[in-house]
This record gives sequence, C-alpha cells and structure tokens, in this order.
Amino acid sequence: MPLSGFLGIQYDFQWSVLWTGEHGRWLLQGIWTTLRLSVLAWIIAWLLGILSGALRTVPFAPLRALATCYVEFFRNVPLLVWLFFWYFGAPQFFPQAIQDWFNLHGPEFWSAVVGLSVYHGARMSEVIRAGIQSIPKTLLEASVATGLSVGQAYRLIIIPIALRLIVPPATNESLNLLKNSSLALTIGVAELTFMSRQIETYTAKAFEALTAGTLIYLVLCVGIASVMGQVERNFRIPGLIARVGRAEH
Amino acid sequence: MSFDWGIILTNWKFLIIQGLLGFGAFGGGTLRLAIPAIVLGFILGTIIGLCRLAHRPWIHYPAVLYVEFFRGVPLVMVIFWFWFIIPQITGQRLPEYTVALTAFVVFEAAYLGEIVRAGIQSVPRGQVEAATAGGLSYGHTMLHVVLPQAIRNMIPSLVTQFIVLFKDTSLASIIGMMDLTKAAQTVSQREIRPFEMYLFIAVVYWICTYSMSRFSQWLEIRMSPERAPTRRAALREAARAATA
Repeated sequence: MPLSGFLGIQYDFQWSVLWTGEHGRWLLQGIWTTLRLSVLAWIIAWLLGILSGALRTVPFAPLRALATCYVEFFRNVPLLVWLFFWYFGAPQFFPQAIQDWFNLHGPEFWSAVVGLSVYHGARMSEVIRAGIQSIPKTLLEASVATGLSVGQAYRLIIIPIALRLIVPPATNESLNLLKNSSLALTIGVAELTFMSRQIETYTAKAFEALTAGTLIYLVLCVGIASVMGQVERNFRIPGLIARVGRAEH
Repeated sequence: MSFDWGIILTNWKFLIIQGLLGFGAFGGGTLRLAIPAIVLGFILGTIIGLCRLAHRPWIHYPAVLYVEFFRGVPLVMVIFWFWFIIPQITGQRLPEYTVALTAFVVFEAAYLGEIVRAGIQSVPRGQVEAATAGGLSYGHTMLHVVLPQAIRNMIPSLVTQFIVLFKDTSLASIIGMMDLTKAAQTVSQREIRPFEMYLFIAVVYWICTYSMSRFSQWLEIRMSPERAPTRRAALREAARAATA
C-alpha cells in the first residue's frame, strides 16, 4: 500500500471487511439502532426540557426548586454515570410490572433511552431558558401597546422570535445527543459504535472498521447541521436577530 | 430493597484517593487526567484558533477541517482510534492513561479552538488598528492588546468547556483507565451495590462541576468592566495616575 509504504508502516488495508459476510448488515443495524435511540431520546428530552423550563417560571416556589434541582443535578454529572445508574442501579426500585416489561423489551435499549433523555432534557431546559431570557420584556410590552392581546402577542410575536433564537443552540444540542448515543455501547446496546467495534473484534481490522463508524457519524452530523443551517437562514428576520451564543456542551 | 450506604465508607479511600485523585497502584485518576488535558488542550486549541483566523488559505483551511471533523465525531470514537489503531500500526499497546490523555487533548482542542477564535473576534477591530497606528508590531499587538481582552471575554465559555472536559474524563473508564467511574464500577461489581455506588459518584462529580460553574459565575461578574466596583476603581485610579 502506498500510504503504509510512505510511513514505513506495515499495514495491509482490506476495505472489503466492511461489506463481506455479516458485516454490512451489522453496520446498517447499528445505524438503525443509533437513529432509533437518538430520535426517541430526543423527543422525550424536548418534552422534559419544555416541562422543566415551564416549571422554573411558575409562581410556586417548591415546584420551581424541584425543576432547578433536576436541571442542575442531571446536567452536571457525566452521562456515562447516568447510564450505569439507570441500567445497573435503578431498575430494582421500579414496580415488578415495569421491570418485567423492561426485561422483555430489551433493558439495555430502554435504559439508554431513559439515561439519554433525562440527561439531555436537563440540558435542553437550559437552551430553552436561555432563548426565552434573551427576548426583552419590552417586546411583549410593545406588542400589547400596539393593541394585541397577551395571547396574540405570544402567538404572533414572542413565540415566532423565540423559536428562531432557539434553533441554532437546539440543533447543536440535538447533535450532541446523537453523538452521545454512542455511550450506549457501554451498557451493551448494539448501536453504531458497538457495531464498528464488533467488526474490529471479528476481523482485527481496526482502521477500516473505525473509519466506517467515524464517517457515518460525520455524515449524519454534517447533514443535520447543514439542513438546520438552511432552515435558520430561510426563517431569519433581517437585521433583527443576532445569533444567541452556542449552547453549553 | 434495603440500602447499604456503609460501603461508601469502607471503600472511600479507593474511590476518592485512587479514583478521583489518581494516587494509588492503578495510576489513572479523574483529576490527574483532567488537569493536564485542560492545559494541553488549551495550548493546542489556541494554536488551532489562531490558525483558523489566519488569512493564508493553507493555514486557515486545515484548521477549519480539524475543527469541523472533531465536532462531528463522538469522543468514544476518537478514544477507540487511539486505543485500537496505534497497537496495530506500531505493534505495542500504549498505557490507558497516555491514550486517554492524547484523545482528550486532540478532541477538546477543536472545541477550545472555536472558543479562542470567538474570543479574539470579539475584540473590536479598532483596537488592532489603534495599536498598529501606535507603532506596535503584530506580535506585540496580539500579546498586549488583543489577547488580554480576548481572554476576559472567553472565560465563561472556557470554564464551561472545562466542565465538559471534566465530565468527559469518565469515558476513559471505557478503555479501562482507573478513574472515579471505573473505581465505582469495580466496587459495585464486587459488592453488588450499583445503586449506592453510582449515586455516590454522581454526587462527587456534581460537587466538582457545580463548584466550577459557581466559580465561573463569580469570575464573570468580577471580570466584567461594568459590574466590578473594585476593577472600576482600579481603572479610575490608573486614569488619574496617567493624567497627573
């Protein structure tokens, strides 16, 4: 091989290991599991984010404190610890019926869904809060002063602007979720990283197997980022909105 | 189901001294990995950030490619790259600690590079023009005018990224490095007490990251020119001294 010869390294590239035998199917299954895991966790994370974000603004202090505790505790602890916690530690405390359902439907996968969505829900909550806070109060006052009702002001002015402000950091956060779904391999979910690793184990061709996994992640991330960038540009209000800072990672 | 919180007391030395601090027979350690990774990652990140700002395309585009590549790939993949491919090429396995540190520095430098770039770009152009008009060379302008202001603007995002890196060090346990997560895993497998163990290290991680984020909030208030009375007083003093 020219590259290996140039570097003085003996390595025999065999890209065919990626599609011979079962391997091609493994990779496709890995992509499918990664997408299924990410999309499910993404939906739940949004719901948790919106719920806890809303609870942090209610005029009842205990509920506010509860939501703040959730956000601060879950987002400040490594996701890996949460995955181990939800997979190894937590299930024994659930009612028997839920445990049985878990065990029947793949406990690894569902622990990963719970771990990812609870962790990313806390982070999503911060993204949503930052978006809402970046809208000045005077905007609402101004819209009410022009004769809109509060409901109309929210529907026609506040929410359309807030959504545009949230799109860039929320995209960033969604991509983080997709990349973080790779941690599910530690509890045995057969997602993309797991499958590349498995091809490596079976063929001892680390370079080819890991390149395949890396490129697939790269294509997914760059693809989603460019679609969302286009969305952002299409819905931009000229001169009104500067990009909010990137979301915390 | 009964709890047994006593196992934390009986294993605290292994968890904290070995796992968190990294003093013990196994090497590794969360903090012993995180601190060098932060320092080296910041140095490499600054270089990449400056390269990205360069006008020459053969310096600029490789830096862009580097950042975009590592931001689109999960950290686990990068760790696996170093862990599985180096032995195949060189024929010998590197220690877990070296692999983890290399992977973290290379990966985090992409994120830190973006922060450095944004920080430098946040310094108004007029500052550079004024410094150049005042006769400073490019190097002096960067060192005495741009970087001090840029670093002040970067601090909140830098601390946030350091927190992220600190949390990410838990991934070193995947390749078997004895950090806080791996230590908890070991104890929990021996004692079959996963709930208590993982909840305990969650609290330990939380104490570390939460105090870092409080520190960053404090620093942000202290360093912002509008809100820090001591700083404003110092500036006023300097102005008075200069005019006197």
